Order: sequence, then C-alpha cells, then structure tokens
Amino acid sequence: MASYEMVIGLEVHVELSTRTKIFCGCTTRFGGAPNTRTCPICTGMPGTLPVVNRRVVEFAIAAGLATNCEITRRTRFDRKNYFYPDLPKAYQVSQLYLPICRNGYLTIETPQGEKRVGIHEIHMEEDAGKLTHDPWLDRTLVDYNRCGVPLLEIVSEPDMRSAQEVVAYLTRLRQTLQYLGVSDCKMQEGSLRADVNLSVRPMGQTALGTRTEMKNLNSFKAIARAIEGEFRRQTELIEDGGVVRQQTRRWDDNKGASFAMRSKENAQDYRYFPEPDLPPMEIAQAWIDEIAAREPELREAKRARYQREMGLPDYDAALLTEEKATADLFERASALCGRPADVAHWLMGDAMALMKERQIAPDQMTLAPEALARVVTLVAEGRVSRQSAKEIFVYAFDGGEDVDGYVREHALQMVQDDGAYARAVEEVLARCAKDAESYSAGNEKALGFLVGQTMKALGGKGDAKKVGEMLRERLAR
Amino acid sequence: MELFDLTALELGERIRAREIGVEEATRACLSRIEAQEGTLHAFITVTAEAALRRAREVQRGIDDGTYTHPLAGVPMAIKDLISTRGVETTCASRMLKGYVPTYDATVVRKLDAIGAVCLGKTNMDEFAMGSSTESSAFGVTRNPWDASRVPGGSSGGSAAAVAAREVFYALGSDTGGSIRQPASFCGVTGVKPTYGAVSRYGLIAYASSLDQIGPIAIDARDAAAVTRLLAGIDPLDATSVDAPPPAMPEGDDLSGLRVGVPRECFADGLNGEVRARVLAVGDALQALGATLVPVELPMLPYAIPAYYVLACAEASSNLSRYDGLRYGFHPEGIEDLHEYYLTARSEGFGAEVKRRILLGAFALSSGYYDAYYDKAQRVRTLIARDFARCFEQADVLLTPAAPTTAYPLGAHADDPISMYLGDIYTVSINLAGLPGMSLPCGFDGDGLPVGAQLIGPAFGESRLFAAAHAYQTHTDFHRRRPPEAGAAKGAKANGEL
Amino acid sequence: MEITEKLVYYVAELAHLRMDEAHVAQAAEDLSKMIGYVDKLQELDTDSVPPTSHANARANVFREDEERESMPREDALANAPQSKDGCYAVPRTVE
Repeated sequence: MASYEMVIGLEVHVELSTRTKIFCGCTTRFGGAPNTRTCPICTGMPGTLPVVNRRVVEFAIAAGLATNCEITRRTRFDRKNYFYPDLPKAYQVSQLYLPICRNGYLTIETPQGEKRVGIHEIHMEEDAGKLTHDPWLDRTLVDYNRCGVPLLEIVSEPDMRSAQEVVAYLTRLRQTLQYLGVSDCKMQEGSLRADVNLSVRPMGQTALGTRTEMKNLNSFKAIARAIEGEFRRQTELIEDGGVVRQQTRRWDDNKGASFAMRSKENAQDYRYFPEPDLPPMEIAQAWIDEIAAREPELREAKRARYQREMGLPDYDAALLTEEKATADLFERASALCGRPADVAHWLMGDAMALMKERQIAPDQMTLAPEALARVVTLVAEGRVSRQSAKEIFVYAFDGGEDVDGYVREHALQMVQDDGAYARAVEEVLARCAKDAESYSAGNEKALGFLVGQTMKALGGKGDAKKVGEMLRERLAR
Repeated sequence: MELFDLTALELGERIRAREIGVEEATRACLSRIEAQEGTLHAFITVTAEAALRRAREVQRGIDDGTYTHPLAGVPMAIKDLISTRGVETTCASRMLKGYVPTYDATVVRKLDAIGAVCLGKTNMDEFAMGSSTESSAFGVTRNPWDASRVPGGSSGGSAAAVAAREVFYALGSDTGGSIRQPASFCGVTGVKPTYGAVSRYGLIAYASSLDQIGPIAIDARDAAAVTRLLAGIDPLDATSVDAPPPAMPEGDDLSGLRVGVPRECFADGLNGEVRARVLAVGDALQALGATLVPVELPMLPYAIPAYYVLACAEASSNLSRYDGLRYGFHPEGIEDLHEYYLTARSEGFGAEVKRRILLGAFALSSGYYDAYYDKAQRVRTLIARDFARCFEQADVLLTPAAPTTAYPLGAHADDPISMYLGDIYTVSINLAGLPGMSLPCGFDGDGLPVGAQLIGPAFGESRLFAAAHAYQTHTDFHRRRPPEAGAAKGAKANGEL
Repeated sequence: MEITEKLVYYVAELAHLRMDEAHVAQAAEDLSKMIGYVDKLQELDTDSVPPTSHANARANVFREDEERESMPREDALANAPQSKDGCYAVPRTVE
C-alpha cells in the first residue's frame, strides 16, 4: 500500500462576544425562552433593514491583526441566498467578494518544530436560528433567539497534515480569540464550530486530491477522531480503486463514522451579490491603529510575564495560560492574596484534577478567585491544616464563596492556643513514657508516633509541624 | 371655495384656523371614498373607524397645541407596502393577505408625530412590480379621469385617491417610476426623492438600491411639505442620508435656472401630444426667467435593460423571505418542507412577480452573474455619469414622465415588455439615485392628463419644487379635477368593496 | 442567448417556484423574451467601468453595541400559521 498524507483546511465559525446582535439591538446572551430575544429586524419581518454593529467590525479587525492578516480597506457585506426555516430572510448577510481580513497565519508547535498555518480569510456574517424536532407534532420548531448573533468565519489554508496539527491550530486560534475578548469560544454552547476540509494524496504528490467537508464536530476529540476516520475512509477508497467525491459529510461521533449529506445540500448556487441595504465600509488606518493599540495581552506575552514577574517556571506559565479562564482566575486570586506560587500550585494540582474528574472545561469552573485566595491565605497563615485545606478547596471549587463560614461550620480551624498544645504534649508524654524513652535513646521513628498521638489529642486540628517541634524540644537529648 | 378645491396645505391652514374640523374633513373624505370606491378601487383597506377616532384625537391635539404642523389633521393615505402596526399590509399580494405588521415604518411614525389622519392603505401593483396597478391580487384600480383606463402604477391607488380627492395626499413608493408615472396618468404631482433622503425602514422592499418613498400630492407646495416631513436620516436605515430638508417653494422668479432638455427624451416612441405639452412646460419656464439648455443622455436606451436586471435580481432575494412559514399566505396540509415552499410561493405570488423573480434568480446564478448582474451594475455607473455631465450644464432636467397618457385596462396584458418600455424616462433616475418629480402639464385630446418630469441632482429637490411651483403659479392643470367617479365616463362596477 | 427548459427548471428551483411540464414552455418563452431584451446591455464595453452596487456614496454606517428591548413573543408569533412552546412550528426539516 502506498503511503498517503492528509491535507486539511478548516472553516471555523465563532460567535462574537458583543452585547447585541450584528444588525439589531437584541441581546446575544446565551439561552432565554424561545423567541424572546428577537425583533422585527432579526426575524426578517417585511420592510425591516439591518444596521451594522460597530463592535462586530472592530472585533473582526482585532482578530485579523492578531492572526497576522491584511485588513481589507474597502470591504462590504454580500447576501448568500438559500431557503431554510432557520434563516428568516432566506438569505444570510455574509461576505464573499471583499472579506474584512485576508492572508494571515498562526504559528503552531509541532513535533517537527514551529509551523505556520495560513489563514485565507476572515469574514463577518450572521448566525441562523435553532431548529428542534417536535415528535408529537412531527414538525420542526424554530427559535430565532440566536438568529443574527454575529459570527466570524475563519478560513485556513489547507496547510495542516495531521489531526495533531489541527488540534494545535484550533487551540492556538481559540486562545487568541479568547485573549482578545472577541469570543468565549465555547464549543459546548456552539460559540466555536469547526468544519474540516480533508483530502488525501500519495506522499510526494503536489497536486491536491478531491476534498470532503465534514460538519457536526462538537469537540476537539471528535475532530481528531473524525479526521482519522475520514483519512482512513479516503485512502481505503482509493486503494480499492474508487474515487473520492466532493461532498459534505456529517460526523456521527457515537458511531465513529461520517455520512454523506443529501446531494441537494451539496449542489448549492448561493447567488451572492452585494447587500444593497448596507453601505460599504472604508477602514481607515487610524481606526486599525486604534484597535491595535487596544489589543490586550495575548497568551505568549502573558506566559513570558508570569515567568519574568512571578518567577514561575515555563511549564507552569504555559499550563496556566493555556486557557484564558485559568489565567484570569490565576491573576485575580494572586492579586488578592499576593501568593502567586501557591495559587498556581492549587490550580495546577487540585483544580485540574477536579476538572478532569468532573469532566468540565476551565471556562465552566465556578471557583471564585476570592475563595481561592482565601484558601491560600488560610494555609499560609497556618490557620488550617493541609489536609483540611484540600476539603475546603473542594467546597470552593464547587462554587462555595463563604470559605471562613465553611471552616467554622466544619470546625476545621487549627488550634491556635499554645496552652492547649502544651497540655496535649504533657498528656501524651505521660501516657506514652516508653515511646518517649525510646526516642530519647535515639529511635527517630518513635517521634512520629508521639506526634500522631498528640495530634489525636488535639482532635486533629493541630499544626503537625508545631507539635513535632514542641516534642523535639521537650525531649531534647 | 369647496372643501375639495383646496390643497392639503390650504386645508391644513383652515383646520388650524378652526374653520374646518378634522373630523368634518375626515368624514367628507370617507363619504367620497364610499361614493367612488365602487368604481375606482383606489384602496385595499379603508380604516374608517380608526380614522374617525384618530381625527378626534388630532383635533384635541390641535386644540391644545400638541399638533402645529401645516399638515396636521389633513386626511391622507398610505400605499399598501408601507408597514403599519396593527393594520393589514399586503403589498397587493395574496402572499401577504392577512399579514398585520407589529411595527410602524419610520415614515408612519413621522406622520403620527405631526397629527396626520390616515384613512387607509392604497392599491398597487403586486409588490410594486408593474406600471398599471393591474397586477394587484385584489382587483384593478381605475383612472379617475376615465374609468376604462389604468391609473398607472405601481402607486396607482395613491395617485387615483389623490386625483379623485378621496384624500389630500398619499404616500407612494418609486423603484423605476412608480410614483411619477401614475401621478402623470392621474394629473397629480408626485415626487421620487433622492435615494437616501427618506428612510426606507418599513418600506417592504422591491429593489433595495432603487426604492424610495415619496408623496403624491395636489401641487408642488403640498409635495414639498410632505417631502420635508418625510425626509431625514434614520438610524434604522443605513442608506439614509443626513441632508438639510428641501426648502418650501416661494414666488415665480426662475432667473438663472438652467433647464436641461435631453434630446433622447423627445425622440421616437414619444406620443406627439405629450411631446408638445412637455415642451410647452419648457417655454413656460423660460418665460419665468429660466434658460433652456440642450443636453444628452446617450445611455438612455440601456436604462430599462439595466433596471430590469438589477431590480429583478434584488427582488429575487428580497422576496425569498415569503415562504408561508411565519406570516401571510400559507398552504394547508402539506407535510414536506420543499413541497410547502413550492406551494406557498407558487400560489402566493402572481404571474408578473414570478416572472421577475425568475429573471432575477437567473441574473445572479452561477455562470450568468458577470454577463447580467455585474454588467448591469457597470451600465448603472455609465448612466450616473450621463447625469453628472448633464448637471454640469443644467440645474434641472425636463423630460416627459411617460411616453403616453393613461392607456386602456388590459392594453399590455399579453406583452409585459411593452409595458416595461413605458418606464423609459423614469428608471434611469432611480439607477442614478436622483430626485425626480412629475407635474401635471395639460391634457391630451381624450381629456387625459399629461405629466412632465423634472429631474434634479442628488438632494436638489428644492430646485424641482421651485421650478414646479413657479410653473403652477401660472397654470391651473394641477387644480383641475375629474368629475366624481361613478359619473365619470366609461365607469363600470368594479365588484370590489 | 437560448433559454432551455433545463435552465428554466434550474432557475425555478433556485427561486423555489414550482415548474412543471405544463408551464415550462411558456416560462422559457417569457424568460427568453426578457433576457433577449436585457441582452442589449452586451452592446456596451464596460471593462473599464466600475460597478455601482449602492445608489449613494454613504460608507461606514454603524450602530453602537447598545441593547434595545426585544419584542414580546406574542408579537413575534402573531402572524405565524402554527406555533408551539413559543416556537414557530414548520414542516419537518430533514436531518
């Protein structure tokens, strides 16, 4: 069997974090009862007109700058015409002829070193409504709350050669957009969606094979699986003497296989033409400069600063900045307690373990920075034991805000009274005279037993270190 | 002077002077509507009760000083493609039968704000596609001067309603001549403002880059007053422009005004009587101090083809939303989505609308876009350049509004293209985004009104109003009105209403 | 150019208008006439002429990212032929 390589390009849609929709003043907040976040404009009632949300254009420019794109100085919207119940005007306002950003790239890390993935274009468009099937009526129910939410479509060049590269590219793209604040990129809420264009060719061939487009990819894992599956399907097809047909396929992650969508959806003639209701946009250099000047600290800069200013090792800095939600939490908690190393320790240890255990993403964490900072402070000040702190942390991780209340309620506060320590030590020494003698005779192990007994006498709320020191002093040889 | 010999502004003045009550004027108009509609059918919907309620409310507003506008309390009507909250808005299409908008067009809000009294929604060609009002799904409108003839279109209902004095002014819309041509056929004054002068928010689109709302009125001063009221930038319409409102015309001195007369507009295909009447307008303007300048519009023969490609292309997209899923006409008992779309759209739209949608979809389709849509857009540029050159030599242009006077009902039934040719003098103004105005300039041998068109540069409405007002100061064509319909010759029962 | 029945079927499908054997010949003739008429445009050389897509020179018209109240759901659904659970109910879409 010949050896094949895969050639992959991505079309990524992200919903922008604007307050309002792209062409009207309805909110973009996720959720809401069906059809309560609509108006005559976003539902395409006869006679209504769109007006562009300025922030959508600013976000698009910011995304273009952060991905090394050229900004199209004279840009405009076009209409993409097709019929579907989720599209109330029967056209989507999008950009075909003059997309706002072109010719950019992102750098990803691969086992072979750094690699550039080209970005063909970024364009602005409106999202469609949501369709659900109603089994009782056997009809489709339409909710237009998401209709008109602004999207960026980021179209890469076919520069990726493996699932790993695709995941690296998506991770970098998501980080960039999250750090810019232009999108929260939550795949589970559909605010980041990726379609994979994949073709195969024999190693060494320069001409591209016929590509398929895969849709319905809901997680990075599904994307990786879909890529491997489609690569297998295409190479097997070719090996068996077949040909790959250009088509759109739908990935079924449960079945681990993709299925061709109806041919009708494959043959589209969208009759794009310039949107007459929206005047063109002339993007002045001054506007671009202003947006560039407002660019927030992006991931790589943050990673370097954590090492430089907070003394974190690169590994820690990289891990903490991988997700903007983690970095935000880290910075806020550190600012509150002044102990970045301890905060980092908790986030990279217990927090990540809990996220894994509960299968939640960093941006779904309900851990409040105030609570995290309080846990760190309590430990540092010796007010709770390390053991108790782990329990308290779980409380905070699950969204608990009143850390001190929790400590009080569960009596986790360490004994602070020196008299109590002294009494416990004397009581144990009296009871366990043999062990004390053994220690004094040089048996170090006996001290551990005595500490344990003393801690027990203190109801488990003692500071083990302090108890050890007191015993050592008392039994000084 | 009888009530119906007054212009809208004259009536407004008497209302503010408490010489005529708003309710009295409204009732008088409603009686006239009742008497004439059986013949004319200018309205799709008459909102008599709401109008009387509104009349009383406006009277109180006038009495307590809330409404001071010169047109406060004056009865008017709105073409049935302008969105009116709570009042059925059909575009004269089966497709929108029963559709009751939940919002008001910006122009409707402006009318409300000054105390206008709206009597109803006027008939039109379906989705404004036509020049005779015969493609309305709800029956034809007849010309008040001769009920066997068309009122023109697509704003035929508005023009007929004003000509027959069922109302004192009406709103129309003009995509390729749909205000100016019916105004000329009905002997009233109609204005297509500069593209962007009046908000299109709430105007149900035919062709978005060509559509404008404008007044159909009794004379130039009324038209100017309504245009001033409608004009202005609207945050809800990104194509609207912040420009000073046109000035009210005063006096009759046209010294220094250069009136361009495009040679091509007086060539073959123009009815001789129309030609003579329109050229007489030139003489009249000259007598008032204007100078006539010969100008050229070499692209004129390409205007209609370019217009039909662009208008139909935009329409094919604008009218895609009518699928019966959310409002308007909906077929019953069809489970398959695709079948539902086909049925809703094939049964909801009339023949002319479907013809234009097909042409438009063709012009935008893969493989034909460059040869048709893109080509027409480039020709559009050439047409705009023609006008730019003319306005280097002239301040306004004078042309006929239409090549003929009103033709008999059904005259173009078998040949849509022959009807398209009637738009020859009007469509290029929409392509170039310029203001145009049609004013009555006499009658032909059959007693049918003839209309002259004045064209201005962008936002040159003031010049049009000044010239037209000066002309009307010395003529009375705009003051003449047809005998009350029903008594008019050729009248037949319409069967509607 | 010649308008084939195949092209008429294709364009009708794009526009979601029903086309069948009984009507396709008439539709082809109508479309032929209209296209024949607008083919006059091909006489002009427009290679060096830019297209005009907007009727005035406005550019950069934006609204600020400020929330406006949405409409009551009853308004959204007021004209709907069928609704359920606050949604428009439409013929089943094929998934």
